[in-house]
Amino acid sequence: MKRFGMPALIGISFLICIVPAWLGWYSNYIQFIITLIGINIILTVSLNLINGYMGEFSVGHAAFMGVGAYTSSLLTVYLLTENPFFGKAILPEELSILIFPISLLIGGVAAALFSLLIAIPSFRTRGDYLAIVTLAVNFIFKSAIENVDAIGGPRGFMGMGKVVKAMDNLVSFPWLIFWTFLVVVFSIFIIRNFINSTMGKSIVAIRDDEIASELMTVNTRWLKIVAFMLSCGLAGVAGGLHAHTVTFINPSSYFILQSTYILVMVYLGGMGSLSGSVISAILFTILLEMLRPLDVWRWVATPLLLIILMLFRPTGIMGSRELLDVFPKLKKYFSSLQERLTNAFIKS
Amino acid sequence: MTLDFFIQNFINAMQWGSFLALIAVGYTLVYGVLLLINFAHGDIFMVGAYTGYFIGTFLTNNFEIKLPFDLPSWVVIPVTIVATMFITALVGVAIERIAYRPLRNRGAHRLYLVITALMFGLLLEYGNLALLGASDRQFPNLFDKIIYSIGGITVTNIKIYVILLSFLSMGILWWIVQKTRWGMAMRAISYDRLAVPLMGISVDQIILFTFVLGSSMAALAGIMYGTAFPILRFNMGMLVGWQAFIAAVVGGIGSIRGAMVGGYILGFTQIFVAAFLPSTYRDLIAFVVLLLILAIKPTGLFGVPRRTKV
Repeated sequence: MKRFGMPALIGISFLICIVPAWLGWYSNYIQFIITLIGINIILTVSLNLINGYMGEFSVGHAAFMGVGAYTSSLLTVYLLTENPFFGKAILPEELSILIFPISLLIGGVAAALFSLLIAIPSFRTRGDYLAIVTLAVNFIFKSAIENVDAIGGPRGFMGMGKVVKAMDNLVSFPWLIFWTFLVVVFSIFIIRNFINSTMGKSIVAIRDDEIASELMTVNTRWLKIVAFMLSCGLAGVAGGLHAHTVTFINPSSYFILQSTYILVMVYLGGMGSLSGSVISAILFTILLEMLRPLDVWRWVATPLLLIILMLFRPTGIMGSRELLDVFPKLKKYFSSLQERLTNAFIKS
Repeated sequence: MTLDFFIQNFINAMQWGSFLALIAVGYTLVYGVLLLINFAHGDIFMVGAYTGYFIGTFLTNNFEIKLPFDLPSWVVIPVTIVATMFITALVGVAIERIAYRPLRNRGAHRLYLVITALMFGLLLEYGNLALLGASDRQFPNLFDKIIYSIGGITVTNIKIYVILLSFLSMGILWWIVQKTRWGMAMRAISYDRLAVPLMGISVDQIILFTFVLGSSMAALAGIMYGTAFPILRFNMGMLVGWQAFIAAVVGGIGSIRGAMVGGYILGFTQIFVAAFLPSTYRDLIAFVVLLLILAIKPTGLFGVPRRTKV
């Protein structure tokens, strides 16, 4: 069959990421890096929807990651483990395999609801003022969590390690990498289909000219809500995965530095390019890990990288093109003739 | 809730509001001239405080390299203030030259300028952390503290100096902007950017002057902050600078009067909230106030809405 491109890609990544981890060939460190790469891909792809395709300027994405992280961690730790915050476990540990994805989902939903805090102001404001609102949301999240002492406040929250261990005890499988992989595939699938649908084209229309698109029957308010909720919901799920990977979270891990990382990855990949986001997420995570011997200078390198990027190549690696635009001969493996003809007609 | 309680908090709020107002003015000046929110400004305040720390420590003979003589305090204080303002102005100008001007000349999209500003702020902050280490520094004691007790109220002379010096500098700033030709040029750029070069005024020089002015005000605020709260930390730019930024937005970014008023409004809100609620709520309340004011009046209290042609 001709269109084997996407299934082949997914199959190969499954082979590279999950099978060796299952067989125990990968050390814990490499498993951690693979999970982190997956989480960063989800975050970048979701922020690209708002910053790239919709043309807004949201610099507070880490807050939604944090909402998802705290929500799903609180749920799993409360239900499944005995811990100093809440006391004994409510449900038996065997249910952890089932509860974990449900808690990720609930974390995503919570983050999507929290995103209404920036979706509603975005009706009236754009550009710099929306950046201010998103930054304020970042600060509000951090201050709010720091004031709730019952979940640790600024001292942080932990206990997720026990949940992951419980899942591993039941069935010895790299659960975290598996769920991260699933969510990565799911989010790329959803966002790609969203972009190619009518709603996606309306969102690009909002970026190009909001008033003209209002005149052309685009319901900008509804679309902004949908886009923000989708994007921040995915970030929330990524946050839940992140929390269970690092097993100790505190409000400062979901603050401006984390938002900056996601911003760097989006602009490095190119606004409005899905394959660019994936590539830049992989590259940036690996780069950041390679810079680990530099200790604190890592945190100097990230803003410096973005400044140099802005000065010399502001469109990022891929600009607004997709990988298939760079290698057009590969297109026949990924989409059908009918799809290609339709897209060619629209893009011209 | 006695009168003493209110007067005490009133004086504290005036002091805190003065810091916020001085830094907020810097944000407003740059926005008025460049239409760019200089997110690096909070960290310029931090640079001012640390520069004041180094110069003050050196001049009061507490540094590793000691001077062969002791300087009297009436020499140390003005020299510290002037030197710090000068060096911080240099830092502000350097940022403008390295980052903002090439992007402006290239006609780059404003989004890239904003990102660069944000990144420069982070660069300064983490550069400070990397170069100077994570331990807090203690600001040198430039003047001796005298505490006055009137009734139930305790006031230190430092608070009085801070409030008076802030009013003086804001007065001088207002005079520069309203009554001199440089100030007139700054206001002209904020009205109509393209007409100004046609009138024979060099836009680049005016922008330079704006950055010098804003950064010096931030440096002054840094020194006074160091004197009033002697512990310096690498993220003080984020802690204090962001609140000043909120003050500028609340007052209406682009309006100098708005920045000054916004600084005092936010200062009063924060001090009086901290008087009644636990002080950890201070930041939360500040940002909620920001969101509320932006929701009701998106351009701030004194701001002029920018019209866009369709």
